[in-house]
Amino acid sequence: MSLGPHLFLALLEGTVTALVLALTALGLSLVFGVMRIVNIAHGEFFMLGAVLAWWFGSLVGGSALVGFLVALLLGPLVVGAIAVASDWLILRRVDYDPESTIVATIGLLYIIQQIVLTFYGGDAKSVEAPVYFRVSFPWFGYSGYKLVVAGTSALLLIGTWIVISRTQMGLYMRATQQDEEMAQAYGVPVRRVYALVFGFGAALAAAAGVLVVPMQQAHYLMGLDPLLLSFIVVIIGGLGNLRGTLVAAFVIGITDGVISVFFSPTLAKILATLLVALVLVVRPGGLFGEEEA
Amino acid sequence: MTRLTFRGEDAAMTTRDSDRKAAQTRRRGVSRRGLFKGAALAGGAAVGGLVGGVIPSPFTPRAASATDKPLKLGFQAHRTGIGAGYGRWYERTTKAAVKLINETGGIGGRPIELIVEDDGTDPKRGAEVVEKFANLHKVDFVFGTLFSHVVIGSAPRAGELKMPYFVVSETPAVPNGQFSRYVFQAGTSDVRSQMVAVAKWVLDKFGKKVTMIFPDYAFGYAHRDYFGAAVKANGGTIKELIPIPPRESSFTKYFPRVPSDTELLYHVMVGPGVLTFVREMGEHFGSNRPQIFGFIDSLEGVDMASPGLEFLEGTHFWEGFPRYADGLPTRAADFYRQKVGMTETGTYVDDPKDTAYASHMFGCWETLFAIKQTVEQSGYVDPTAKDKAAFIETLENTRWFNEGIEHPQGHKLFRGGTHQAHAVQFISQVENQRLKVVHSTTIEDSLYEPEYDYTKQPL
Repeated sequence: MSLGPHLFLALLEGTVTALVLALTALGLSLVFGVMRIVNIAHGEFFMLGAVLAWWFGSLVGGSALVGFLVALLLGPLVVGAIAVASDWLILRRVDYDPESTIVATIGLLYIIQQIVLTFYGGDAKSVEAPVYFRVSFPWFGYSGYKLVVAGTSALLLIGTWIVISRTQMGLYMRATQQDEEMAQAYGVPVRRVYALVFGFGAALAAAAGVLVVPMQQAHYLMGLDPLLLSFIVVIIGGLGNLRGTLVAAFVIGITDGVISVFFSPTLAKILATLLVALVLVVRPGGLFGEEEA
Repeated sequence: MTRLTFRGEDAAMTTRDSDRKAAQTRRRGVSRRGLFKGAALAGGAAVGGLVGGVIPSPFTPRAASATDKPLKLGFQAHRTGIGAGYGRWYERTTKAAVKLINETGGIGGRPIELIVEDDGTDPKRGAEVVEKFANLHKVDFVFGTLFSHVVIGSAPRAGELKMPYFVVSETPAVPNGQFSRYVFQAGTSDVRSQMVAVAKWVLDKFGKKVTMIFPDYAFGYAHRDYFGAAVKANGGTIKELIPIPPRESSFTKYFPRVPSDTELLYHVMVGPGVLTFVREMGEHFGSNRPQIFGFIDSLEGVDMASPGLEFLEGTHFWEGFPRYADGLPTRAADFYRQKVGMTETGTYVDDPKDTAYASHMFGCWETLFAIKQTVEQSGYVDPTAKDKAAFIETLENTRWFNEGIEHPQGHKLFRGGTHQAHAVQFISQVENQRLKVVHSTTIEDSLYEPEYDYTKQPL
């Protein structure tokens, strides 16, 4: 293949990766921004979304499209509910202490993984894509479903932005992020906001999981990669900074696509990790983070 | 030694290769058919294990009745981690074989006590499991490790502890001499012999310009090196090597690197991403594809009717043991299938969605029967240095494991010097979303010049 089509494929791959990554990382960033905790179990919510997509798919049977739509609707809701429950059961009990929550969410990660292993099994299971078509370019073919995933992710990202910037809930979230005590003084139900944000962040990851699973397969260990990539994105973009998260997701996604296609995927991972190190050294708050006083 | 027979039936099974029968005759001085006749006469009542004594054996079983305390076998299982799917079927196969052996008189009259430990498909935990088997459970033998990185992590520890250790892996590290005299691969063939066996047929049929896609670690390098060498030996050229890092989940970005003049695309992948790999390969190439030959590892445990696999129609795969029963229609293979709960279409009898890891798991069954045969012939009783030495030397002097209930995949030629079994290999074509065997190699096809001799090591 010559340079043009090569680059085109790289950008295509990069954009799809970036949009899914943005969706996953946004949840992590949101949770950190509002609650000031690091959720190590974030990748497991992604995995739960994928596993639930398989489960709903086999439960509904018949048309893959119906099963998928049910999963896309109910999957994030179920995962969100699980997250709210774990907020109430675990995070609240350790008083959202940053260090304790790291340990607690590591525990949560293992609990979720092992429950899924017990009831779902250790196999990677495939989920039929709701729409399956091959987009045939003159030089190569591309999965039509991947384009659908990119589009849906973009819509969900816009939806999230509307929730945060235009609704009362979003106002509460932003208020809590800026100053928790002041928000509480003004009558914001901070504890409930915490629970909802944790649930919402998990639901975003789950939605990404549902979207991704027809391209990959549902496997109980699939949460690790999205977790690491989300951390990379969130650190580069600035912890808790949503705009930064989006920009960083695109930087990582596109460079990963281009470098992977032209050089090697390992080099892409090396560069992303180097970038994280560089950002931590030069701008510890992230590219878009506030400068520390 | 004792030999299992089918209940109430003449046990003279079809043997596909008269050469090996002749070899067998030369070695033992008694014909296989004669053995079976004797077995059938005595075996009217016997499921098996009861006909010892009709077979002249170069070894005198001295321990058959010396003790009836259980023989402890440690099964190192990949119950969790990336090998969990393999692990589930390895455990099923193992338990079926242990049940059969125990029902038919055990090993030299002693029942097997099976102890299972999960290594998490993790090399570090693998070594710990080996220690646990040796020091806590005090087992007689350990077996069952599959993933090559776990083998490489665990087997050296077994050697240090002087614990006879049977891998069921296909790793070429055993015949290469990477381990010690205590490490064997007696139930399944190694990757190198598989490549050597299939390369000529594949290159003659599909073309000589080859691009290889393989995992970027030891398992993939074995494929790269040995198939690469076999390609060159058969007059082919490698156009491009495309290693894929472990844990990769998206593969589209690799396919542009396949040169357009590639005639044969060789692929082998393992892990949870395999289905994605195949599907994205299909999306990339469409109908404009080169010939494709893969190792079934890419699709072990995967339903051939999975969405996205339509693309594989007409492509070929190596199989170690045919997933579909019509690929190996022998009575022994059918018996084995029934015992491990694998249907004629290669799924679990209680769950049609649970596809078997057919090409690998038979190795657990055959390894257990190799251990049984060796214990009985060597007179092994206790894990003492003397008994272990007798066990190892007996196994090293074993030349053949004969096709039958004990070895349903086929005859195994065992090389004592390399501690490695050699077997027939199968090439199957995807046809109507099934695998159909189109070629089977001979054992001779799979032989190569041995590179190491474990018998020179001290015990």
